[in-house]
Amino acid sequence: MSAVIDDHGHASDHAHGPAKGLMRWVLTTNHKDIGTMYLWFAFTMFLLGGSFAMVIRAELFQPGLQIVEPAFFNQMTTMHGLIMVFGAVMPAFVGLANWMIPLMIGAPDMALPRMNNFSFWLLPAAFLLLVSTLFTPGGGPNFGWTFYAPLSTTYAPESVTFFIFAIHLMGISSIMGAINVVATILNLRAPGMTLMKMPLFVWTWLITAFLLIAVMPVLAGCVTMMLMDIHFGTSFFSAAGGGDPVLFQHVFWFFGHPEVYIMILPAFGAVSSIIPTFSRKPLFGYTSMVYATASIAFLSFIVWAHHMFVVGIPLVGELFFMYATLLIAVPTGVKVFNWVSTMWQGSLTFETPMLFAVAFVILFTIGGFSGLMLAIAPADFQYHDTYFVVAHFHYVLVPGAIFGIFASAYYWLPKWTGHMYDETLGKLHFWLSFVGMNMAFFPMHFVGLAGMPRRVPDYNLQFADFNMVSSIGAFMFGATQIFFLFIVIKCIRGGPPAPAKPWDGAEGLEWSVPSPAPYHTFTTPPEVK
Amino acid sequence: MMVCQPTSPWFATQQVDVMADPVPLKRLVTRLLILVVAMFAFGFALVPIYDVMCKAFGINGKTAGQYEGSQVVDPSRQVRVQFLATNAIDMVWEFRSKADELVVHPGAVNEMLFVAYNPSNKPMTAQAIPSISPAEAAVYFHKTECFCFTQQVLQPGERIEMPVRFIVDRDMPKDVKHLTLAYTLFDITARQPPVAAHSGG
Ligand code: HEM
Ligand SMILES: [Cu+2]
Repeated sequence: MSAVIDDHGHASDHAHGPAKGLMRWVLTTNHKDIGTMYLWFAFTMFLLGGSFAMVIRAELFQPGLQIVEPAFFNQMTTMHGLIMVFGAVMPAFVGLANWMIPLMIGAPDMALPRMNNFSFWLLPAAFLLLVSTLFTPGGGPNFGWTFYAPLSTTYAPESVTFFIFAIHLMGISSIMGAINVVATILNLRAPGMTLMKMPLFVWTWLITAFLLIAVMPVLAGCVTMMLMDIHFGTSFFSAAGGGDPVLFQHVFWFFGHPEVYIMILPAFGAVSSIIPTFSRKPLFGYTSMVYATASIAFLSFIVWAHHMFVVGIPLVGELFFMYATLLIAVPTGVKVFNWVSTMWQGSLTFETPMLFAVAFVILFTIGGFSGLMLAIAPADFQYHDTYFVVAHFHYVLVPGAIFGIFASAYYWLPKWTGHMYDETLGKLHFWLSFVGMNMAFFPMHFVGLAGMPRRVPDYNLQFADFNMVSSIGAFMFGATQIFFLFIVIKCIRGGPPAPAKPWDGAEGLEWSVPSPAPYHTFTTPPEVK
Repeated sequence: MMVCQPTSPWFATQQVDVMADPVPLKRLVTRLLILVVAMFAFGFALVPIYDVMCKAFGINGKTAGQYEGSQVVDPSRQVRVQFLATNAIDMVWEFRSKADELVVHPGAVNEMLFVAYNPSNKPMTAQAIPSISPAEAAVYFHKTECFCFTQQVLQPGERIEMPVRFIVDRDMPKDVKHLTLAYTLFDITARQPPVAAHSGG
């Protein structure tokens, strides 16, 4: 029985505290506990995936092979991508959703608390399975996070079966998390909290949840087909038996492109709360933000083949996917315009959350522009599979998704812990991350345009200088994140007490409960006017 | 305003705002689960959809099955057809075409012989998979006979000549002056253990 339900029978409304000891975390159905676990899990994975990236950058520090075998290098790139996407970014957003959505809509908890517990605990199991493959004799997955067949079927290491089961578990976890989010948002809103009054974080998560429900099953189907090809003699992706490896790419990217929006839409939402707070102005164009998010989500289903311009699709196909992709820039532009307009003539202050949010707007836009360059099919023939693509997606994912998560963490840490974090240290974290990240990823544009292929452990001498700069930036960015861990722990353990509403410009129900947020909140729904 | 639902182990039992939403929680979750199952099925449905699209638009250079028709020769036009024979990885056979290319007239029936030789000391089965470049010409390339329609079984040391007969369609767009017919030969012994001593060539 969960504490939440126990509480229900009591006439008095004294709040139950959490259970004691380890079992609190194993059995909890409390959205705040589960949110906390998701966030810690995501951060652990961020450090693990990050350490793999350090291996990659150390090997690429100089041309030539010096630190790791090429075979292990491939495992590092693959695991880095998988862990960052499925282990760090997605769980971090689910953690934020768990913590904040009930607080933002005035709900007492998530709609399906037990499922919530289960969907979290699937994740450690999935990643234990995935990471353990690194220690198997044939090594872990080495076929890239996109695991194209037949590299991941015919030519895969033995451990691919464990990889497939790990993906299945992650998929089940995400789907359950998404169902929970939809059910919570649609059914547990406080009276008066109409859809068009919901904070944008809630809106973007609602749309993200639908994206997850739509594409995670397709990913599950994709790895199931791989499993059948490998073990049960089918030929979905094997030309010898009448299948087609290109089919794999279509199925994968049908999942994969919406997936990249799964990783960015919640960040859009968080930034849409943070920028108005520190501009002391309401968000410019709330309604257009909602529609822009919905259009991006819709368009994300019809652009997948922009990842496949070079595999040989008919000319009309190239044109269709090119124009459809370019079209996404329109709703994305609307969002950027709205954020800038929100700041325009506002009384801006630059606390750490705002610094991350402003950097988000600027740097994500750079990533969007390189995306547009890649979307031009004939140009992509040159850029495809070069470091330019690596630069593009790191500009949308690091200052996009990751900075969005950092901004959210600093913004809501006072609510979570009851303490203010150390502002000086927060700013230092920001500036080190900002400089490190740009140093790491900006030069990749140049080496990419000059022809350096991605996923290589060695490279031509001409790329040496830029790669060394990239590696130094990457080490700086990596080390800075340990510093973030320190800042968070310091904030949990102490610091100036945070008032219920630590940001004077902030709006929203989450600021109406005390800091730290009590274990049970909104057991009687608030009235929203 | 508030209703309290009966306590259930799976669903939150807090006050649900009746005004906010008319769909009960269980029904909503059921609908979402149906959506999940439907999308899982859709993933598999992409397989036949893809095949249909490939056949309809000649995507990917996939050629159709056996062609039954015949056409009038267009002597005024010439098309170069090049042949490629490639072994898939791990395939040990010798595999090549007797000539690198043919210059053909659209509408005419042409023949090219491919040679396969099994140098190993065990019987093996192979399957050839054809592909046409440029891909948009694939629907205009008709095979009246092809060794790729069947599988080949070769005894140790056996050598065969295998024909492909084809017609380049008269309606093929005029800008296509040059085609490549590429075969990749796969070792499928594991999947189709050789039983008969010989099979179609
Ligand atoms: C205006 C918006 C965007 C456009 C036009 C765009 C366009 C593209 C294109 C055309 C490619 C394929 C390049 C190639 O492989 O040759 C690509 C790759 C990629 N994009 Fe974007 N993109 C956009 C936004 C995003 C966002 C928001 C994310 C994630 C947050 C993202 C993540 C990625 C990733 C991860 C890849 C590489 C996948 C891989 O091959 O490993 N993109 N993008
Ligand atoms: Cu994409």
